[in-house]
Amino acid sequence: MGHMSFDIAHLLAGGLVLVSFMMIYQDRLHALLNTFTLHALVLTAAVAWQAWTQGADHLYITAAIALIFKAIIIPGALYRIIRRLGIHREVEQVVGTGLTMLAGMGLVALSIVVMLDVTTKATAFAREDLAFALSVVLLGLLMMVTRRNAVSQVVGFMSLENGLILAAAGAKGMPLVVEITVAFSILIAFIVIGVFLFRIRERFDTVDLGALDRFRGEMR
Amino acid sequence: MSPVVLVLIVPAAASALLALLPGYRLGARLNVVASLLTFLAAAALLVLPRPAPNDYLLVDDLNIVFIVLNCFVGLTAAMFSAGYIGHEIETGHLSPPYVRFYHAMYQLMMFGMNLALVTNNIGLMWVAIELATLTTVLMVGIYRTHEALEAAWKYFILGSVGIALALFGTILVYVAAQPVLGDGTPSMVWTNLMKGAPHFDPALLNLAFIFLMLGYGTKVGLAPLHAWLPDAHAEGPTPISAVLSGLLLNVALYAVLRFKMLMAAQPAAIAPGPLMVGMGLLSLIFAAFMLYRRRDIKRFFAYSSIEHMGIITFAFGMGGPLANFAGLLHMVMHSLTKSAIFYSVGQIVQIKGTQKIDRIRGLSQSHPALGWGLALAILAIAGMPPFGVFLSEFLVVSSTFARAPALALLLVFGLLVAFGALLLHLNSLIFGEPDSPPTPVRISPSAFRLHMAIVLMAGIYLPGPLVDWFQNVARLLG
Repeated sequence: MGHMSFDIAHLLAGGLVLVSFMMIYQDRLHALLNTFTLHALVLTAAVAWQAWTQGADHLYITAAIALIFKAIIIPGALYRIIRRLGIHREVEQVVGTGLTMLAGMGLVALSIVVMLDVTTKATAFAREDLAFALSVVLLGLLMMVTRRNAVSQVVGFMSLENGLILAAAGAKGMPLVVEITVAFSILIAFIVIGVFLFRIRERFDTVDLGALDRFRGEMR
Repeated sequence: MSPVVLVLIVPAAASALLALLPGYRLGARLNVVASLLTFLAAAALLVLPRPAPNDYLLVDDLNIVFIVLNCFVGLTAAMFSAGYIGHEIETGHLSPPYVRFYHAMYQLMMFGMNLALVTNNIGLMWVAIELATLTTVLMVGIYRTHEALEAAWKYFILGSVGIALALFGTILVYVAAQPVLGDGTPSMVWTNLMKGAPHFDPALLNLAFIFLMLGYGTKVGLAPLHAWLPDAHAEGPTPISAVLSGLLLNVALYAVLRFKMLMAAQPAAIAPGPLMVGMGLLSLIFAAFMLYRRRDIKRFFAYSSIEHMGIITFAFGMGGPLANFAGLLHMVMHSLTKSAIFYSVGQIVQIKGTQKIDRIRGLSQSHPALGWGLALAILAIAGMPPFGVFLSEFLVVSSTFARAPALALLLVFGLLVAFGALLLHLNSLIFGEPDSPPTPVRISPSAFRLHMAIVLMAGIYLPGPLVDWFQNVARLLG
């Protein structure tokens, strides 16, 4: 891989981490969805670049799915949902923004240390791609645990999944990437439909005890 | 056509057919027939010579145990489900269109689980486990009550995170394999991976295994990643609780075991055992204490499943021929006993109209057959002789005592705590004054009796060929 193509791939993967950070401090759902659209666009560019440099045509399909499904259809559907549910104004955060950002930085540092340490035998590109991808995954997880709103949890899950697609696209010649992308898209479509149909606003943040006591055994 | 293809095609075709056919009676019958055909195909795999593994399908000594068990419990659960669903329609809890959807999803779930078990490809395995998860999520939420939707949502989100972590682990395995086995599909095929494993980068494999253990461990229901499991069991239809406990947890465990074998093939990588032993013990002891304060009968048995999955993971984590044998036997015994318990509980809940343990009393007086049957099943799952669970638990404990007495003490402690909780609830469920007049039981107890008979048989006498077969698998697991 040439110097230039390496740099561009690096830039796009790093850009994805940066956009993940931007999502952490968006405190309005509308802005969060805009940032997620940007996330999907950066992923599209990163995957398309991989398809070109690796000469792997099937990755163009993955890029197309990322563009059409994640950058257009899903944000569009979520805009409608949050307006219908009347929750487009705010995102409730369990932890403050500053603390979350610090935790995010810690996670990125962790993933870079871990990944660069264990992948000493892999190529320079694979190493850094995996480190960036793990950062995006961990930031997505962080977002899922620090938000209470179901829609922003879904957005957190989708950004996590973008990190996985980045890792899969960067692993040279990995088969089934398209199939996995499709499987994930179906999963996300189900989640979004679920949020819409059942008007799920808040995440259910109890772990079996506490508030759940009142439901126990009272079904039907 | 090879039976291994039939094991996949029959459920897939039945799912499409069931989605099109109206009429729940016809659907329920077709569901049983399709499950029976799948089971026969799985049984044929035992007898006929096995097809050579290709890039996508693999049948070996290990997965055939899981396939036969899966198809057998799938069949009995379909038989139980036919009666259960009929009652739910009569009482208006479910409407015919939902039941049609339920039957189609049931067969799709069987397809997903069988595909995960027979596939030779780690990527396809991941897709199949995701498919099985999605279909069960839809079935858990089928009652559309607030609690059912909440349980389905929680299951969905935690399951998705687990599955995402497992995918990252799968990608890492590919990255480790790619320099050795080359680009593309060959680097995702089990049989190739096992051959090439000694040359893989150990550090990368270590990291991959941690992700895979956390990811698939969520689906096995290991503490601290178990939060979805009790809700999903309590709020879904009871046949699905039986299938979740008896089968889906096993399928996820199968994935963990396969990756454990891969780790064992590279001596420079970390030993996967201690991680599995730790998570197994934690699940066992945590679930044993949680059993005491449960007030919902299905939730109670869901925690018991976490406990037993902990024991099984512990046994496989210890490794060695004896502990692996015990783990495998315990897995089979737990699947059969726990699904039998759910068949019995499903009828009790329908008769009494409640899942609250407080309000289910005096079963031995109001419904003697059902009550005593459940009492025997609870004694069996608590590990009392002469049932098969006693035998497998005894083997787990004795093999551990020989190698790590301190761990064995913790194990026995967990088992005793759980035993106490089971006896306590057994007492309140079976004895005491019944608070409702006896109502007739509608569902045929054949599925329940069949399972209990096998569990009892296994406790008294294990046939020689079965022992040889399991010992062979135990050696394979390392």
